[in-house]
Amino acid sequence: MKKLMLGNAAVARGLYEAGCAVASSYPGTPSTEITEEAAKYEEIYCEWAPNEKVAMETAFGASLAGKRSFCGMKHVGLNVAADPLFTVSYTGVNAGMVVAVADDAGMHSSQNEQDSRHYARSAKLPMLEPSDSAEARAFAMEAYEISEAFDCPVLLKMCTRIAHSQSVVETGERVEPPAKPYEKNIAKYVMMPGNAIRRHPVVEERMRKLAEFAETSDLNRTEPGREKSTGIITSSACYQYVKEACGDRFPILKLGMVWPLPEKKIRAFAASVDSLTVVEELDGFIETFCRELGLECVGKEKFPLLGEYSQNVVAEKLGLPARNGKALEDAIPPRPPVMCAGCPHRGLFYTLNKLKCTVLGDIGCYTLGAVAPLSAMEMTLCMGASVSAIHGFNKALGAESEHKTVAVIGDSTFMHSGMTGLANIAYNQSNSTAIILDNSITGMTGHQQNPTTGYNIKGDPAGKIDLESLCRAMGFRRVRVVDPYDLAETEKAVKEELAADEPSVIISRRPCALLKYVKHKPPLKVNAETCVGCKSCMKIGCPAISVKGGKARVDNTLCVGCGVCSQLCKFGAFEETGKGA
Amino acid sequence: METKNIMIVGVGGQGSLLASKLLGHLLLEQGYDVKVSEVHGMSQRGGSVVTYVRYGDCVNSPVIDKGEADFIVSFELLEAARWLSYLKPDGQIVASTQQIDPMPVITGAAAYPENLVEKMRGAGANVDALDCLALAEQAGSSKAVNIVLMGRLSRYFDFPEEAWEKSLEAMVPAKFLELNRKAFALGKSA
Repeated sequence: MKKLMLGNAAVARGLYEAGCAVASSYPGTPSTEITEEAAKYEEIYCEWAPNEKVAMETAFGASLAGKRSFCGMKHVGLNVAADPLFTVSYTGVNAGMVVAVADDAGMHSSQNEQDSRHYARSAKLPMLEPSDSAEARAFAMEAYEISEAFDCPVLLKMCTRIAHSQSVVETGERVEPPAKPYEKNIAKYVMMPGNAIRRHPVVEERMRKLAEFAETSDLNRTEPGREKSTGIITSSACYQYVKEACGDRFPILKLGMVWPLPEKKIRAFAASVDSLTVVEELDGFIETFCRELGLECVGKEKFPLLGEYSQNVVAEKLGLPARNGKALEDAIPPRPPVMCAGCPHRGLFYTLNKLKCTVLGDIGCYTLGAVAPLSAMEMTLCMGASVSAIHGFNKALGAESEHKTVAVIGDSTFMHSGMTGLANIAYNQSNSTAIILDNSITGMTGHQQNPTTGYNIKGDPAGKIDLESLCRAMGFRRVRVVDPYDLAETEKAVKEELAADEPSVIISRRPCALLKYVKHKPPLKVNAETCVGCKSCMKIGCPAISVKGGKARVDNTLCVGCGVCSQLCKFGAFEETGKGA
Repeated sequence: METKNIMIVGVGGQGSLLASKLLGHLLLEQGYDVKVSEVHGMSQRGGSVVTYVRYGDCVNSPVIDKGEADFIVSFELLEAARWLSYLKPDGQIVASTQQIDPMPVITGAAAYPENLVEKMRGAGANVDALDCLALAEQAGSSKAVNIVLMGRLSRYFDFPEEAWEKSLEAMVPAKFLELNRKAFALGKSA
């Protein structure tokens, strides 16, 4: 059947048709929908794991047991899962194992724009890279064949434009793969030095065979062109930009397998054209390989190392006419993302700003606490870094910092890799204050369940980790829960825990305002008689509040009646309307 | 047929994903190759969002570049202005006149430009601007702005009424279908 499918949904379809039985992932834009969509197929057991390392090891366990398995993550997630990845390369697999990794050139929703292809090269694993949804499905299926034929996990590399674009997919039926019963094999699966040293040559031999496969596989194909002056090597979304910009003007070597690369195919292609150009987003990965072969090529000296490409970027760099349109002369104010109206994080960040705390932050919606006017975050690095870094910060500065510095981390991020940092505080005893922003969901990636929510990926009841008990079990005597909608209570808690001479955890708890089950109060309105236009309410950066004509105004389509603003108003100008929008 | 380009622009949370789904379904049913490119994640949080819908015999790039859009469907005036350079010289803007202040305007760091519709016309764009929020509320929900805009956009296409109706049925939950039919009709006839 022909369907319009998101690239990520097409990967999930490929997993389904190829007989995948177990999928374990951690959500991360732009990879999340693969596992969400896979969870809609009854035949695939799907779960959100606490982090990518756990997800990959779970998928490996399922493969070892003889079932085709999957794990998916964003580019930075592969950093977390890199440890198992490098050694699963040595053990190989039993049933097929596919690892999807989604890069985010342009950083639509990420803290860096690293290029995941380097992982394929350094972990010595094959990597496939689809250029539309149809290929996303087909390559996911082919990845299982390669995984089982060459006894290794296969990386399936997505990027934002392929993951989050819908294009036409022809679907097929699920085929159950032949059984691969688990067999005890200590030499293959126990990677202690004596065994691993015998597996390394197997890995190198496998790469040689995969390189031969790359020469003959139709994953890599040549498309003829009208002019031989330039030949273009490309893959993924860049292939589409090249086709858009050049049509069939230049010959193209379109790579569906970006590691290992086909040396003979590339040499033959180079020999068939006058000059070689490599079009690839982020690093000059294919370009470096071509140069290692001694081939002259145009690459990153012309094409950007930064951001996403487009048809205009490609056209301009190839010296072809690029289109343009008229812009207004007016300055168009930017519209950065903001914390939603009613976001429970707002009250906490207002308090931290008011108390002039030094705030070490983490990854999630709440990273927006760094944005004006809240401006209450001074560091964000990677998942879990807030809790680890505050320990180092306080060890370095002692009393100078420990009574004014806090770490803030979301519930899901805390489960992902905040727990280990907290264990370090408990063990090595720094007088640190960690604040867990428990909004009862993984917010930024679009509401995924996690180990603290009590529900699984399908929304069914599941195990629920109790944050208070967990912190107490680690040895924290000072653990308290506050409602961030209550500014007085929140301020009191932060002041007291910072003043205390022992480490403490504050759990700032209120569900995300966008959760369907959250019942909102009617929007507030401003009494124009009592409002003096002092703009105190503007300190919280609520998108529902503005000041027009010297008076505050509430947008009743946005306001959810959280009441944080009215706690700031000394004149009682915010009034309840008693009715919904 | 040469690839045609429709951009849907607005503010995160305004419902542009449903509009692009509806268009994707409609265009695929009409026998075109279609690509729809969306934005998920961080930028959805009240930020500027853009969705690209492309259709034709064979669509390559998932994105629309500057000077390429045949249509810009805009949920918010400032967003129409922001993406104006993506419009073809003879392109059409279908815009809701709603204005939502971005944070720099709310905090007073920047001003919301005035008379945007006239200025965009001055720059050569064809602008069809109407109060879609009022029409959506008339249909029964402020959330139906997306379907009001689709109704308006339908005036610029030769597709049969039933084709739009069929896609609406396919993409909208049954309990909201009547409301959305009304919203579509109001956008079309206003």
